Amino acid sequence: MGLEEKIPDSIILTTMDKMVNWARKRSMWPFGFGLACCAIEMMSTFAAHFDLARFGMEVMRPSPRQADLMIVAGRVSQKMAPIIKRLYDQMPNPKWVISMGACASCGGVFNNYAIVQGVDKIIPVDIYVPGCPPRPEQLINGILKLQEKVEKESLKDKKEGKTKPGKA
Amino acid sequence: MSEKAVPRRKTMNINMGPQHPATHGVLRVELELEGETVVKATPHVGYLHTGIEKTAESKLYYKVIPMTDRMDYLAPMSNNLGFCLAVEKLLGIDVPEKVKYARVCLTELTRVMSHLVWVGTHALDIGAMSMMLYAFRERELIIDLYEACAGQRMMTTYFRIGGLASELPPDFDQKIKKILKRIPEGMTDYERLLTDNKIFRNRTIGVGKISAEDAINYGLTGPNLRGSGINYDVRKANPYSGYEKFDFDVPLGRNGDVYDRYLIRLEEMRQSLKIARQALDGMPEGPYRASVPGVVLPLKEDVLSKMESLIFHFKIITEGFKPPRGAVYQAIEAPKGELGYYISSDGSNKPHRMRVRPPSFINLSALPRLVEGQMVADVIAAIGSIDIVLGEVDR
Amino acid sequence: MKEKLEQFFRENFEDAVIRTDYFRDQLSFYLRPEYLFEVCQALMADNDLEVKMLSDICSLDWLGDPEEADGRFEVIYNLYSLKHSYRFFIKIRLSDDKPEVDSLTSLWHTADWLEREIYDLMGIKFIGHPDLRRILTADDVDGYPLRKDFPLTYEKPRFSYNKDGPPEVIT
Repeated sequence: MGLEEKIPDSIILTTMDKMVNWARKRSMWPFGFGLACCAIEMMSTFAAHFDLARFGMEVMRPSPRQADLMIVAGRVSQKMAPIIKRLYDQMPNPKWVISMGACASCGGVFNNYAIVQGVDKIIPVDIYVPGCPPRPEQLINGILKLQEKVEKESLKDKKEGKTKPGKA
Repeated sequence: MSEKAVPRRKTMNINMGPQHPATHGVLRVELELEGETVVKATPHVGYLHTGIEKTAESKLYYKVIPMTDRMDYLAPMSNNLGFCLAVEKLLGIDVPEKVKYARVCLTELTRVMSHLVWVGTHALDIGAMSMMLYAFRERELIIDLYEACAGQRMMTTYFRIGGLASELPPDFDQKIKKILKRIPEGMTDYERLLTDNKIFRNRTIGVGKISAEDAINYGLTGPNLRGSGINYDVRKANPYSGYEKFDFDVPLGRNGDVYDRYLIRLEEMRQSLKIARQALDGMPEGPYRASVPGVVLPLKEDVLSKMESLIFHFKIITEGFKPPRGAVYQAIEAPKGELGYYISSDGSNKPHRMRVRPPSFINLSALPRLVEGQMVADVIAAIGSIDIVLGEVDR
Repeated sequence: MKEKLEQFFRENFEDAVIRTDYFRDQLSFYLRPEYLFEVCQALMADNDLEVKMLSDICSLDWLGDPEEADGRFEVIYNLYSLKHSYRFFIKIRLSDDKPEVDSLTSLWHTADWLEREIYDLMGIKFIGHPDLRRILTADDVDGYPLRKDFPLTYEKPRFSYNKDGPPEVIT
């Protein structure tokens, strides 16, 4: 929204902040980037037992151009790394990244020539969810923490170029 | 005939990229299309290569077991079973009867779990979207059992060299009886939705056909081979872990197309539940681990009360055991096909080479043969029917 | 079946077999590399044995071991006969300066991807393979990862609770 560059600092902006953040956090569309075992737990979270649609993530878009939230679920190998970077660049702003599982956060069980030790060496990450694989409740906890983080964002910071995905 | 020059049609190269909602993981298929018909299909793999075989050479024998879980992550207990059986064969030790029955029971439930995920995602690819929710609902029951046994939902690492990790939980019987009651009811739902459905039949009959000689030549195993009529099941041909005592049938197909493989997998689920019931009814009492001092970890109750068990436990955990020189191969019937472990030992406490014979890798190499001359939509149905798991293809 | 196989090799390929081995009920034949293609063709064509399935091809590196005297690399062919339900192995030793062997792609299509994987990870070339290029590793990996002289390339831990000593080195 280019609107925030024109309006100076005033009260209208804070109420608009609240409204915009409320809309953003309640209807994020995830781009499920399921790579390995964590993808199955992510699919379980979207299924009927632990329903993720009650948090607003009803549709899981397969195309990066239509998604807000990228959940990197699984181990990232050296051959896959440039593709993740390209997909991340294709997502439009605002975008957030959750790194799900131990392998995406820090390399996990595998410490060798073939696995990138943590996806944050390639793209900036907002929330790290540990576990191998994390239980669906853990993933939902991570998503709720992300929603709290989105609530604290402000359009004023976007105007001054302060917020980028990854900054607290 | 006329002498006019026939216009040559050019083919179009399309990439079904690593990130795709219908490929089961990160698989890249390069399709050469002429209109809608596929002239040539080339799969490119390696986007999930983890280097498990190299890493296993630097770890003690029992430390490799958690790594084997993560290869075929839809059927984790099968992988554990294959590795434990291979190392037990190398060492030449026998396990108690109760361990054999418990292993068979849990592995058959693992087969049911893997086929449930398969039927959910396969139907989702073809278009029946609500199947996935039903399949995952049934899967939660089996995961509940895993959590009671081992504490983990998916990567259980429950089998150890020489037995199980810990005693079976006290409510094991009740949980399995509940599974044996609920899953056949769920399966009548799937049959009603899919088996006689006109759209499903039109999309799967005659698609992805492979003849019997081609199937053997391409090295296919599991339901892919049995769909073409060849009766090869490792549980019947070279039985392991007490399978010769159980009574079950092996379903065979006739045409070798996608529909036959679907019917075979549904019937395999029923046979697995039959085996699990027999294993539960006939399970004897006894220790949950063999007693081979110096090689197999002693029982936890003994470690906490006897001195020599404590010393053995300490030595095995820090230094490991040294198997004799030589190499063994042990094959099991995983849900995807014949999963084999070739372990070569040079006498030290770490494996010299651990090779996994990946059924999904070899089944996937037959994909160009399955989709020649068919349409793009059939490629999706064929990939789904081979039942690949990219963690095993790339290891 | 074990006797039939030994008889087959004794009658037809006496000079190809270096030795046989029988460990834990598994029969293996050590062959000279030049005879591999003929032997496999004959096994496939034999009407009594009917060895129609190649299950797996595995490669080993014996660097630093006393077995290296026979040849550094070992390639193991895992053959299965559906008629008799019998599995046996054919093993080949290759030296370090010339790791090449004939490809079996014209007999079995299974060998296609399996030989590509061995070339990618161990560096053994297969003569006559239609399309020998890397399949699993990334394009910029230099060298052959599964060899014993390729390091594990792990990320060293940056801190250690054991402040006096250095972190443990994994080999």
